[in-house]
Parts: sequence; structure tokens; C-alpha cells
Amino acid sequence: MTVLAPDARPALPPSPYRVVDRGRETSDTATIVLEPVRSALPPFSPGQFAMVFGFGVGDIPLSVSRIEGDRLTHTVRSVGAISTRLASLEPGAPVGVRGPFGTGWDLSAAAGLDLLIVAGGLGLAPLRTLITAALRAPERYGRLNVLVGARSPGDLLYAGQPERWRNAGARVLVTVDRPDDTWRGDVGVVTGLLNRAGFDPDRTVAFLCGPEVMMRATARDLARRGIAPDRIQLSLERTMHCGTGHCGHCQLGPLLLCRDGPVVRWDRAEPLLAVREL
Amino acid sequence: MTAGRRDFLEALPPVHRGWLLGFAHEVTLPAETRIFGEDDVADRFWVLRSGLVALDVHIPGRGPVVVETVADGELLGWSWLFEPYRWHLGARTRSAVHAWEFDAARVRAAMEDQPAAGLALFRTIADQVIGERLRSARTRLLDLYGNDKSHESGVRGAVG
Repeated sequence: MTVLAPDARPALPPSPYRVVDRGRETSDTATIVLEPVRSALPPFSPGQFAMVFGFGVGDIPLSVSRIEGDRLTHTVRSVGAISTRLASLEPGAPVGVRGPFGTGWDLSAAAGLDLLIVAGGLGLAPLRTLITAALRAPERYGRLNVLVGARSPGDLLYAGQPERWRNAGARVLVTVDRPDDTWRGDVGVVTGLLNRAGFDPDRTVAFLCGPEVMMRATARDLARRGIAPDRIQLSLERTMHCGTGHCGHCQLGPLLLCRDGPVVRWDRAEPLLAVREL
Repeated sequence: MTAGRRDFLEALPPVHRGWLLGFAHEVTLPAETRIFGEDDVADRFWVLRSGLVALDVHIPGRGPVVVETVADGELLGWSWLFEPYRWHLGARTRSAVHAWEFDAARVRAAMEDQPAAGLALFRTIADQVIGERLRSARTRLLDLYGNDKSHESGVRGAVG
């Protein structure tokens, strides 16, 4: 008999997908586009993730960085055996996909309000779907501010997209930690851009994704500037394994982030992130 | 002012803001202007009203390497506050800059003469500028965006 944890979802086998496109983003990061071989998985929402299975190596959680019909786009950095395999797959290669998993960005909370999106490093990947969704419905939202931080100019994802977002009406500011000789923009941490975002804290919903230290610092700064904690959403990360709430690897206090996250509001996340791990 | 901003001047109590601005005059600097170099005498400081300034360090063989940028609403320079009154970094405009410029010696003397205003200014510089940049530097020391090879089971593209 199988005993599931409360609210755990049944574990399903991966659905067959194949790579239909692959593009290099940076020296160690690629974006792959997947298409179902037969039937597609249920629709993904911005902020949700899939477990993507590389044959012969295993599966890892990857957030969707673009949703277009049945096609799923994932941006992968090569950091281990599985991600290196996935990032190097050529069009035609088979993969297995499970999902959609987790909570997505609650864009409805921003209806009629301004959006402030803060991305650090690869954190821009799950936020790209949110930016696209907001730009597609400009009548539903106020101003869109996008702040992006990266290690160096060569580590910035989605070349050309920030300019397209600007042309579509977003205010986009980019900063790097380590500029090269060609960089003419901002240098420093992404929180250093908050002053110039020009947001009204009473009318703003913030969406954060990046290294946890960056998100904590940003969320605290935004709260000090007057954004209510329940209007700050962040995408948290712990070791994901099953994706269905069975294994407990991704536990954060009372939350299983594969099921109750990865998107969590700051009013819920703040006390949990203050607890030191054993 | 937008409510979410924390400009340097806005952080000063209004009475002391007016006091400080009494020492200011407006300047406009073209893009790519060297404002000061490392170890130059720190006899002025600025509050940027618009534009972007790069703070740099000269590295032999590489020239000036930018370590941080200062933008509108922010204070440019605090070495004028402490002996030996020389700049630790260089500064160069990246775009045209419009700023309030202050005579450092006059402001220092006024801080001595009016301790309440001096303390308010000192606290604001310590919190808004020195503290903020120290926190920023410490954060960047962590190299948060660097390759974390520790695990690949994260949701944002397989990084921790």
C-alpha cells in the first residue's frame, strides 16, 4: 500500500518531450525549448516548474522561462551532470518531463497596481514569463519596473529582451557586479537600483527571484520603503527531488517548497528564512 | 519625490536639509568628465540630481576599473569628511551630470559650529552612504551570482 504525506500528489511517470530548439545564453547557460512527443502536460503558469529528465543521468527541477502553446522553455546552467547534459542537448533529443509543479506568481494580486520585478542572475528565468504576461495585458496593470542584477555583462540572460521590454513600456535597469571595459551601465548590487525604480509603495506589488541572500536583502529594503509584506512575492529554492510533496527534501519549516512554493509571500517567508538550518 | 525613494537629501531632517543646501551651488558636468582621481585632495562633494558617475580604481596595466556607480539622489564622495581629506577612489561621469556641489571645508566648519546639524549630516552619511556601500561590498564579496557547484536541484535553471 502506498502512503502519501498529507496533500502529497501522486507521482506520475515523465511524459516524453523532445528538444526543438536550443540557444546559448552565456558561457555556461543555455535555453532549451521542449515540445511534447504525444500529449502535452497540463498548462504551466509563470513561476511554476517542471522536473526535466535527462536519459541516463536523472531529473532536476527547472522553472519555465517561456510558455508558448504546448512548448516549454527552460534556461539551464551547467553545474552538474544532469544540468550539463540538459544544457547540451541538441534539437531532436528526447527528454522526460513531469509537472507542472508548485505555486506560480500571483499576478492577479497586481491587478490595477504597479509591478516591481527584481531579478538576480538566473532568477530572471522564472520572471521572464511574468514580465511577458504583464506586457501582454498593459490595461490590467500600472507601471512595470524591471531591475536586473548579474555578475558580469557576459552573464546577462536573454540578450536583446530588455530593450524589447523597454520598447513595450517597461522601465528596465540593469546592474553588474564586475563590469568589463565595454560596460557603460550601473555597477553594484541590484538593491542599489531601487531608488531609481520610481515606485509608489502603496500601489506596488513586488516579485523577486535570485540568490536567497539577495532576495532577503531586497525584501527587507522594500518593506522599509513601505511595500506591505503580503505584496512581496519571492521564489524560494531548496533541494527539490520528487516534486510531489513526498520526499521532504525541499522542506522549509512547515512548507514543502515543491508544493507550497516556490513562490511564497514575504509575510510567510520572512520568519522561516530567519531560522538557522541544523 | 517618489515615496519609494530614499534620496540622500530627503533623508536629512528638513531643517538641516535647508542648512546644507545653503552651501550648495548647481553644476553641470559633461559625460566622460574626470571629477577627481585617487589621492586627489577631497575639497568638494556632490549630490547628484541627474546622471551617472562611475567610481574607479586605477590598476596598472588595466587602467581605471569601475567598482561602483553613483546615480541621481545619491551623495558623491565622503572622503572630504575625514583626514587626510583625500579621495580613496576616482570618479568619472558616465553621462551628463547635474548636481549640487559643496565646498567641503565650509561644510566641515559649519558642522563644528552647529553640532546638531553636523550630527544629522554625519548620521545620514554614515547610514545612507558608508553603511550602504559597506553592505553592498560585503554582499558582492559573497559572489552570489557565481557558479554554485554544490547542488543542481534548484528551480531556477539548476543552481542553488
